[in-house]
Amino acid sequence: MQAPAAKLRVKRLSVGYGERVVQQDLSFDVAAGSIFGIMGGSGCGKSTLLQALIGLLRPSAGSVCFGTEDYWSATEARRTEMGRRFGVLFQSGALWSSMTAAQNVALPLEMFTTLDTAAIDALVQLKLSLVGLDVGRDAMPASLSGGMVKRVGLARALSLEPDMLFLDEPSAGLDPMSAKRLDDLILDLCHGFGVTVVLVSHDLESLLSICDDGIFLDGSTHTAIAHGAPKVLRAQSGNPIVHAFMNREQASVERAAHGS
Amino acid sequence: MPDTEPSGHGWTSHTDGAVAVVVLEGDWLVSETTIDRGVSRLVNDGATLRGIGFESGALGHWDSTLLVFLSQLRQASAQRNIDFDESGLPVTTRRLLDLLPVRELPAAAAVGTSSISYRVGVHAINAWAEAVAVTTLVGETAQAVASVLRGRTHMRGIDLLTCVQEAGLEALPIVTIVNVLVGAILAFVGAIELRRFGADVYIANLAAVAVLREMAALMTAIVMSGRTGGAYAAQIATMQGSEEIDALRSFGIPLLDYLILPRVLALVSMMPVLYLYGSAIGILGGFAVAVAMLNISATIFTAQAAGAVTMAEVVFGLAKSVAFGALIAMAGCRVGLRAGRSAADVGRAATTAVVVGIVGVIALDAVFAVCANTLDF
Repeated sequence: MQAPAAKLRVKRLSVGYGERVVQQDLSFDVAAGSIFGIMGGSGCGKSTLLQALIGLLRPSAGSVCFGTEDYWSATEARRTEMGRRFGVLFQSGALWSSMTAAQNVALPLEMFTTLDTAAIDALVQLKLSLVGLDVGRDAMPASLSGGMVKRVGLARALSLEPDMLFLDEPSAGLDPMSAKRLDDLILDLCHGFGVTVVLVSHDLESLLSICDDGIFLDGSTHTAIAHGAPKVLRAQSGNPIVHAFMNREQASVERAAHGS
Repeated sequence: MPDTEPSGHGWTSHTDGAVAVVVLEGDWLVSETTIDRGVSRLVNDGATLRGIGFESGALGHWDSTLLVFLSQLRQASAQRNIDFDESGLPVTTRRLLDLLPVRELPAAAAVGTSSISYRVGVHAINAWAEAVAVTTLVGETAQAVASVLRGRTHMRGIDLLTCVQEAGLEALPIVTIVNVLVGAILAFVGAIELRRFGADVYIANLAAVAVLREMAALMTAIVMSGRTGGAYAAQIATMQGSEEIDALRSFGIPLLDYLILPRVLALVSMMPVLYLYGSAIGILGGFAVAVAMLNISATIFTAQAAGAVTMAEVVFGLAKSVAFGALIAMAGCRVGLRAGRSAADVGRAATTAVVVGIVGVIALDAVFAVCANTLDF
C-alpha cells in the first residue's frame, strides 16, 4: 500500500473569539487511518481549534479540507452533509440528557437513515456492546458514571459509521485505569473500523500510547511549536517547552515560559 | 557605617563589597504589619550593587508578606541585573518563590475604554444581527410548521407529546386558579360602579365580555410565559452548558426540528385550549361571586352573559392566544439558544425569557386592541 492520502488538511488556520486570537497560522495534514494528537497545556487553544475543525466555530483565516473539499467555503447544506461523515466525542460526553443511553445512540440513525426499528435496535446494541455497555442501556445519562458517559458518547460518535472521529479530552476526569481502558477501546475501534482520529488531549499517557502523529500548540506564542508523533517529540524535540511537557518537567516549562 | 544601610521593619542590611546582605529577623505576619517594607530603598540606594544575599537565621514566623517582599526585591533586582542569591533563604520559602514570576508581568491590556460611538456602533450591529436572527427563526419555524402539516419532518413525536403534556395538562391547575380569581375580581369591581346606577345585572355582561375578549387570553399567556417560556429557555440554556447543543450541531441534527418545533407546536396548540378553558372557568368565577355575594339570580346572570357574548369575541380571543403561544415559545427558545454556558447564564436566560414573554404578550395585546378598534370589531 502506498503512502496514505491526507484525510484532513489544515492550511494556515487562525482561530479566535472576536478580536482575541487563540491560535494562528496552523498547518497540518492528518493521514487517513492515523491517530493524530493535538497536544499542549491547559488553555492553549486545543478545544478552540477542535471547534473550528468540527464546524462549530468559523475560523478567522485559513482552510480546513476534508479530502479535497474546503469545509468552510462550502454551502451550509454541504457542510451539514460533510459533518455527518465525522463523529465527535465531547469533553463532557454531552449525552442528550432527556434520552436513555440507547436512545442517544439511536437518534442519529433515526434521523438520517431509513432503517427500521429492529435494525436500529440491533446496531445500537452492537455499538453499546463494543464500548462495553452491556447493561444499563436504558439508563438515563445522569445515572451513568463518568467513564460510562464517555463510552456511550463514543458509541454515539460512531453511530453513523463515520470516516473521522474527533475526541475532545477523552480521558479527562477518569482514573488512570478507566483512561487506559478507554484508550485501548479507541485504538481497537479505530483500527477495526478504519476510522481516522483527531485526538485533543493533555494526557501524556494517552498521547504517547495511541497517537501516530501530532501537533503541539503553545499558548504564549499562539501557534504550533512542534509537529510529529508524541514518542518522537519526547525523545528528540529540541524545543524546551515541548521537551518539558513530554517529559513532565514542570520546572523547565516554568523557566522556558518566563524566558530566563 | 551600619546606620546608613537601608533597613525596614523586620529586616536590616549590610554591604559586603558589591553584595548587599539582607538580614531577615523576627515575625513577618500579615496581621502585624503592612505589606510595604521599604524594599525599593535597597536597590535604589546601591548604585554599585552587584548582588543581593540573605541571612535568615533570626527569622521567626512568616507568611505571604515575606514572599511579597522577596518577590518584589527579586523583580527589582532582575530589572537592574543585580544577582539575586536565594541560598540564604529557608528551603520552604525558596520553593514558594520558585512558583512566582521572576520578572514583573506585563500589565493586562486595558479593556472597555472604547469611545461612546464605538460602543453605540457595536450595540447597533448586535441589535441588527439579533433582529435578523429572530426574523429568520420566525420564518424558518413557519416553514417547518408547514412541512409538519404536509407530513414531512424530522421531529420526534414523543418530544411533541412531552411538550404538549408540560404546556397543557400540567398547566391546568395554575390556569384555573388565576382565571377563577380574575373572573371573581371583575364581578366585584363591576359591582362597585354598576350598583350606583341600579345596573347590577350588567355585572354578568362585564365579566363575560372582559374575560372572553381580554382577560382569559392575557392572563393565561402571562402565566404560561412565566411557567413554560422560562422553562424552555432554562432547558435549552442548560443544554448549551453541557455541550448537548454542540452534539446536535455536530451530527447536523436541525435544532429547529429537534428543539424548537415541538415546543412551538405544543404551546401554539395548547394555548387556545387553555384559553377556552380559562374563559369558562373565569366566567364561572364571576358567576359564583355574583350569585353568592351580590344577590343576582343564577338565571338572570346566565341570560345576560349569553346575550352579551358573540362568537366574534371567542374567535378574537382564540386568535390572540395562538399568537401569544407562538411568541412565548419562540422567545423562550431563542433566549435559550443565545445563552452562555455557565450556571449563571441559565438563570439569566430564564429571567430574560419571562420578561420578554410578558412584555411581548402585553405589547402584542395592545396591537390587537388597536387593530380591533380600527376595524370597529
